[in-house]
Amino acid sequence: MNKTEDMIQTIELGFSYPGEGGAPVLQGVSLTVERGSFVAVLGHNGSGKSTLAKQMNAVLLPTEGKVLVEGIDTREEARVFEVRQKVGLAFQNPDNQIVATIVEEDVAFAPENLNIPQEETARRVEYALRAVDMWEYRTHSAHQLSGGQKQRVAIAGIIAMMPHCIVLDEPTAMLDPVGREEVLSTVRRLNRENGITIVMITHYMKEAAMADRVVVMDKGKVVLDGTPREVFSEVDYLESLGLEAPQATTLIHRLRGDCPSLPADVLDEEEAAQAILHLFEGVAG
Amino acid sequence: MKDITLGQFFPGDTLIHRLDARVKLVLVILFIVELFLVKTLCGFAFMGVLLALAVAISKVPPKMMLRSLKPLLLLLAFTSVLNLFYTKGDPLFTIWKLTASWQGLELALFMMLRISLLIMASSLLTYTTSPIMLTDGMERLMGPLKALHVPVGELAMMMTIALRFIPLLVEETDKIMSAQKARGADFESGGVLKRAKALIPILVPLFVSSFRRADELAVAMECRCYHTSGPRSRLKVMKMCFRDYVALAVMLAAIPAILLGTNQVLFSIIPSALG
Ligand SMILES: Nc1ncnc2c1ncn2[C@@H]1O[C@H](COP(=O)(O)OP(=O)(O)O)[C@@H](O)[C@H]1O
Ligand SMILES: [Mg+2]
Repeated sequence: MNKTEDMIQTIELGFSYPGEGGAPVLQGVSLTVERGSFVAVLGHNGSGKSTLAKQMNAVLLPTEGKVLVEGIDTREEARVFEVRQKVGLAFQNPDNQIVATIVEEDVAFAPENLNIPQEETARRVEYALRAVDMWEYRTHSAHQLSGGQKQRVAIAGIIAMMPHCIVLDEPTAMLDPVGREEVLSTVRRLNRENGITIVMITHYMKEAAMADRVVVMDKGKVVLDGTPREVFSEVDYLESLGLEAPQATTLIHRLRGDCPSLPADVLDEEEAAQAILHLFEGVAG
Repeated sequence: MKDITLGQFFPGDTLIHRLDARVKLVLVILFIVELFLVKTLCGFAFMGVLLALAVAISKVPPKMMLRSLKPLLLLLAFTSVLNLFYTKGDPLFTIWKLTASWQGLELALFMMLRISLLIMASSLLTYTTSPIMLTDGMERLMGPLKALHVPVGELAMMMTIALRFIPLLVEETDKIMSAQKARGADFESGGVLKRAKALIPILVPLFVSSFRRADELAVAMECRCYHTSGPRSRLKVMKMCFRDYVALAVMLAAIPAILLGTNQVLFSIIPSALG
């Protein structure tokens, strides 16, 4: 395999659901997800984020353009399982992703489907459960876990396929703050330590700020694409799309009306405080 | 609703937990067959002891065994009353125009014991066998039916999913009921028709959410490479060992014991002067 090959590449991707009068849900989406990167996808409801996610592992197929997963065209029917192993997809509601009652049996579901021999399946289950820090719960019933734990089990179920990339569709939307933090730190660790490429769809700006790169979608198109700093500095444009930049960014943006010397690309409270302090020091000095 | 124990599993590491799932399934089937061969109180006592022994070994709390009967109390009471009054025989007592008979009393008692033991034995099976092992066991036992193009693997997968979703749907029903009650819905009073009508606002949201769940689950399974063609491997491989053969032998030996032993004991609740 070519090492420099991109993880996922969409080329002028267009898609419309059958029926529905054929209104396009995705239009001319050209995106490249680099190997090992952490990409966040933002956009308000109905902008086509989930549809894009399903295009990335051949659950949906392009009606225009194409999607390449490590160079494999997702429309190649014979290689669909290969594509789904490379790019795992996790959803919002863990309850609707967990197939088996017992944690370890659920995590084994994908390797079993792939007819992986027993010892290797057992090894993968252990690796996956350790990667999400749920190994102690392997014999528990999934029903009795907390939301964050369930979502980590669901992610382990995907890791057991040994994917190179995991696409998460609003994985924290149904969780309480504690569960959300558990899942986020797990995702970050998978990216940094296990070298898994991450594409995370989210509603929360703070989560998007963790990524190397933020892609903003609107009406089925990519409208912004850059580092969190670049994207969040477009405070007014984001607002016009029904999105809000992180509070700290918005605050500094408002202050810039009076103090243009403040930086435009503040990401969090810490940086905002530093910028304001710096401004005062400048005035005093 | 919290009483529903169907398909629950209590992980453990006892002899009963470790028995091969296929063997446990066959044991339960044999046990049920034997329950229908039993014709005397002595026989039921024998079956009861057998089950109690298994429960004791499995360390499942006896309270859980009794709880499995709770949803069936109404059915048990109903069949008992029917048996008591509709069996012809020596009169025991009369209420209004209905006469209970000694034979009816015996039949009612036997039927109640039979159903209770049957339910408890099946519950012990699901309490001590993980759902995957259970459905795997069924799949293996039904393996020969594959030759007749019965989709055995898919049926087993359906079972797995059903067992997984029972507690979830029970919980959801509870939630919807509380939500409707908070809005003033009344499920406890009124005639049968009124109560049935009151269930509609529960069933409709439950169905809608079940379909949504099914849709999402199907996509999630697809994402994890589920397919119905070709073989699937297993995390846990089933292997019969010595204890499995011993358990089978015991349950098989119980058949002649019942037919030649307990059924010959001429002990009946019907006073001999009448019989
Ligand atoms: N299964 C489907 N069939 C038809 N239309 C759909 C389906 N799923 C989503 N859509 C439509 O596609 C558009 C984009 O939806 P989606 O990709 O779910 O957006 P997002 O995840 O950003 O909220 C919406 O207008 C939605 O109504
Ligand atoms: Mg969505």
